[in-house]
Amino acid sequence: MSTYNSADIAAFNGGVWVFCEQRNGVMMSTSYELISEGRKLADELKTKLYGILLGENVEGLAKELGGYGADGVYLCEHALLKDYTTDAYTKVIATIVEEYKPEVLLIGASHIGRDLGPRCAARLHTGLCADCTHLDIDVAKYKDFLREASTLDVDNMKLDEEDRNLKMTRPAFGGNIMATILCPRFRPAMATVRPGVMKTAVFNAAGAEACEVIRPTFELCDADMKTQVLEIVKATKKLVDLIGAEVVVSVGRGISKDVKGGLKLAEELAEVLGGVVGASRAVVDSGWITADHQVGQTGKTVHPRIYVALGISGAIQHKAGMQESECIIAVNKNATAPMFEAADFGITGDLFKVVPMMIESIKAAKAAK
Amino acid sequence: MKIIVCVKQVPDTSGKVAVNPDGTLNRASMATITNPDDLNAVEAALALKDETGAEVIVISMGPPPAEGMLRELMARGADRAVLVSAREFGGSDTFATSQILAAAIDRIGISDEDIIFCGRQAIDGDTAQVGAQIAEKLGMAQISYAADIKKEGNTLTVQRALEDGYMTIKLNTPCLITCIKELNEPRYMTVEGIFECYNKPFEVMGYEQLSTHAFIDPTTIGLKGSPTNIFKSFTPPQKGAGVMLEGSDKATCDKLATTLAAKHII
Repeated sequence: MSTYNSADIAAFNGGVWVFCEQRNGVMMSTSYELISEGRKLADELKTKLYGILLGENVEGLAKELGGYGADGVYLCEHALLKDYTTDAYTKVIATIVEEYKPEVLLIGASHIGRDLGPRCAARLHTGLCADCTHLDIDVAKYKDFLREASTLDVDNMKLDEEDRNLKMTRPAFGGNIMATILCPRFRPAMATVRPGVMKTAVFNAAGAEACEVIRPTFELCDADMKTQVLEIVKATKKLVDLIGAEVVVSVGRGISKDVKGGLKLAEELAEVLGGVVGASRAVVDSGWITADHQVGQTGKTVHPRIYVALGISGAIQHKAGMQESECIIAVNKNATAPMFEAADFGITGDLFKVVPMMIESIKAAKAAK
Repeated sequence: MKIIVCVKQVPDTSGKVAVNPDGTLNRASMATITNPDDLNAVEAALALKDETGAEVIVISMGPPPAEGMLRELMARGADRAVLVSAREFGGSDTFATSQILAAAIDRIGISDEDIIFCGRQAIDGDTAQVGAQIAEKLGMAQISYAADIKKEGNTLTVQRALEDGYMTIKLNTPCLITCIKELNEPRYMTVEGIFECYNKPFEVMGYEQLSTHAFIDPTTIGLKGSPTNIFKSFTPPQKGAGVMLEGSDKATCDKLATTLAAKHII
């Protein structure tokens, strides 16, 4: 079994790494989330945290990563790394992983990260866990997490308290089951991590100043490239920022009798509460709203201060994307809708009647403050 | 020209999902379907077949009942089906699965003009990993999240969806492309197709057929060859029941609004 370099796990002592994705010279905010999370893992492993940054003329983005906890950044600049390609990025990352041997490699689960991660893991002969929502090293902390997040009998569970494997937890089967995955025999243990889930640390200017920039050597030439990027087009429509929103008002199949009217009511309520409009998968699949509004297992994970579910039955795959919201308000005609089980406040009724009244009541309550 | 489409039979997670007390999925109680994104991959292949006359081969790794799904896909228009099935392959993670599927695809044979299609991801695991890992093992170019595909000779121009737009990418065959639902509208089975599908070639590749392939050895396949394994699986606890407000009238809405204001939520 030791025929693979990745199986010599003791040799992989090069710290915790985070792939820091930039697009067109702009750092993706998920990179800061992952650096912040990576800091905790590196502390638990008593090792260092490094960002890896690939691009062309992106040096200016490197030291900032130190402000969120990185000890250093492996900076790889090349004309062929300007825009993401599977071929070039995989080759460079595999080269530097083989050279510097990290224990853990985290990648944001963006469309690009989920293209890059599996290709790298296959080349390096190691395990990759997709779209994780929780990560642990310390067994004691993992048990605390299980006490909160599971119905398992944690106190009677026999676990090796010294276990230093990365415990990668993710939803499966549409969010019906959570699974914790290990990669015990190969390194680095790799995970793609769902955007919006990990909390970004407060920026620390001294950390950014102290961040070491390392320029590894690598080879890359046209012959490595099997694909050619002809153009990158940004969507002309402004996309909704669900992940950053304080308040999300989502609509479900309940708006079907008057789609336009239902969406308008949701927009009005969102405006009164200072939020944005989300939607269930059914609404997106019906073409009533664009996919950037979708909340749920196959959409976005949100944890706003207020989440309002209008006419959403509450399929588990939807709940998987919003159940961590601080205050959940549900309106549904059907008194047995599963959404009510997740709600802090529920109103049984027709959203077309309830929402206009709710808008008035909220306006009045705010005015009275 | 051959087009190979990787497909998976999955439990229908959109309906009622039954979970065993130990936190595993009660598969026996659930309906199985062809993974939705895989239908878009099959349609992409059939559209190219309509254009070029290419041979379309559907391949799946899974237990023997997956034959039914493969027959259905032949009723939609695929020409051949291969079911990769063996006890030794059970328990494979995405790494090991792609190792086995890559070996099977290599046995079918890939020439310079061929294409492999996969769905973006399967609704049971939602990993989106097997496509890319097959491409890596076969040393082939990959494009994931394809929303549009144009073919001219052996050159493809593909629109790859990003969260905030798309990339247009040019590449040559052979290559592997993973498909999203925006790519096309899958066609239905036809009556002739249903009659014909039982006469179309259906092959089972077991452990014996693949064991001599360089990709297949106990350290790379099955539960033991998988780099990852499941440590714990569990169901999230039900959140404590919230407050149900009685009546769908103005008084109820006022009560909600004043409660939210009193708790400083608004």
